[in-house]
Amino acid sequence: MTDLSVTIGSIRLANPVMPASGTFAEGLAQVIDFNRLGALVTKTITRELRTGNPLPRVAEVEAGMLNAIGIPSKGVPYFLRHTLPLFRQWTAPLVVSISAPTAELFTTLAAEISLPGVSAIEANISCPNIEEDGKAFAMRAASTETVVRQLRAATKLPLWVKLTPNTGDIAEVARAAEHAGADALVVANTILAMAIDLQTFKPSLGNVMGGLSGPAIKPIVLRQVYQCARAVRIPIIGCGGICTAADAAEYMLAGATAVQVGTATFLHPGAMIEIIDGLAQFCAQHGLPRVSDLIGALKHEEVDEDDVAWTGAAA
Amino acid sequence: MNDPGMNDPGMNDPGMNDPGMSVRDTTAPFVPRVTAERAAVLSNDLVNSEYRRLVVATGPLAASAAPGQFFQLLCPAAPGNAPFFRRPMSVYGADPARQQVEFLYKVVGAGTKGLADLTTGQTLDIMGPLGHGFTLDPAWMHIVAVGRGAGLATLAPLAQAARQAGIGVTAILSARRPDLVVSDALFRSHGATVLTVTDAEGTSGPAHVEALLRTLIAQDRCGAFFTCGSARLLRVQQRLAQEFGLPGQVALEQQMACGLGMCFCCVRDFNVRGEILHKRVCWDGPVFDLQEALP
Repeated sequence: MTDLSVTIGSIRLANPVMPASGTFAEGLAQVIDFNRLGALVTKTITRELRTGNPLPRVAEVEAGMLNAIGIPSKGVPYFLRHTLPLFRQWTAPLVVSISAPTAELFTTLAAEISLPGVSAIEANISCPNIEEDGKAFAMRAASTETVVRQLRAATKLPLWVKLTPNTGDIAEVARAAEHAGADALVVANTILAMAIDLQTFKPSLGNVMGGLSGPAIKPIVLRQVYQCARAVRIPIIGCGGICTAADAAEYMLAGATAVQVGTATFLHPGAMIEIIDGLAQFCAQHGLPRVSDLIGALKHEEVDEDDVAWTGAAA
Repeated sequence: MNDPGMNDPGMNDPGMNDPGMSVRDTTAPFVPRVTAERAAVLSNDLVNSEYRRLVVATGPLAASAAPGQFFQLLCPAAPGNAPFFRRPMSVYGADPARQQVEFLYKVVGAGTKGLADLTTGQTLDIMGPLGHGFTLDPAWMHIVAVGRGAGLATLAPLAQAARQAGIGVTAILSARRPDLVVSDALFRSHGATVLTVTDAEGTSGPAHVEALLRTLIAQDRCGAFFTCGSARLLRVQQRLAQEFGLPGQVALEQQMACGLGMCFCCVRDFNVRGEILHKRVCWDGPVFDLQEALP
């Protein structure tokens, strides 16, 4: 039997598979057993009440989806009264995703939800920072460092920081988050994108722009996980277009300690369970006793002789 | 949570909708309440020039679908032409004894085009049953079902359920032309009175339908309204329901992605005791209180 457990900082997960924030809620418990998941991750909560974006909020594109849902949130009291007790009924560690428009509001929220029953905080710093002209915190190393440092001071819970792929140098942002005290990085959020309806000449999303997710983004985010894994020592949770155990294995080989599955669940509600079972099979087939043996096990061929490299390219 | 079931004790699935009510014994073995399975196509035939009836063989959970509930179908399509999401489709019929589920659909886009190409023996990935369906109060002697377009398919399973509950049904079925009316034979087979109204005959306008409904109300044959598929007929029924103090339910459609209340893509505005709220059609509905719906 493959040992599927992995460790993210101080938290031991029964397996490396968990949902991506925003694509997961109690409705899925009608289809799959949440006690089989490595962790549970809530939809992002905010302190302010948010109704969300205008419709349409999602659009289909080739091999993926665009969304601009707009983080509808019923605020902290509702979360404490309903969401937290609801998720406590399951055994998997609960990760609470939070977001805020300023670093100060981020820290207030982190402190408010640092409660028994919460295993870790996932800070979604891919949202617009109103103090930086609406640019996402995680687009820049400096704003990442500021918000993560304040978050670190506000909570004793493990702090996972969810990065945006919409930045020129994700490794630098990753280093800033680690330096400021993050316990793990979630790489990454959706890729900023848009689509146009050729019947109506209107944007396909009510918000005009939105986030691209699904199989279309997997190679891009896989590359970013690889870049971050080389830049930091803290664990990385890969998130981007993972649909199968093969996708998850690829992410782990690139350096991820665990993976998050989002859009795939919308098509196949059992996707996470199949990935857990599939990872065990994959490891067994490759003679690996532990799934953690996959982490960063990417093999680099040494190509240091120019003539060899050129011969290869010409062949 | 703004649970439509709160006002409606008969709603068929109160548990998961209200977080406070859903704490379960985690030591008990997991029992799914929604299935995702590959169902074998038994038949997929045209019923008129626009609509097809698809019958699939399913497991017992899928076949337990209630009237007004829906499935999310992973519609097949040629590579490069495939819709990315599943497509919601209301249940046209579900037979627990024969373990079958039926859908009635019109080809309108990539998803339904893929469905139309399915042949007997092929399989279709279905996920369901989903959402809150219609609720029947045995105290009602007679109800009225008013539908148009795809709404005729959604209302159809009410015919059998009402008969089993000893409730009489009058169905007002609206279409562009008489030959495009669907579900009329099914309603009649369960003893319902069927009135068809069509654009071609000039009988489908709200004024005429209102006159029909006022007659039924006067005859005590309208204990509740059930409707789907027409915003203007919904408004007529909302007005009459207010005037005569009658209850009603409406099944609504909306673009969906997950179907399980996770993504918040299918929200609509509802008027809940004067307050305008967002609700998810897939999770809080698709059947809602008649007066709460905003067209």
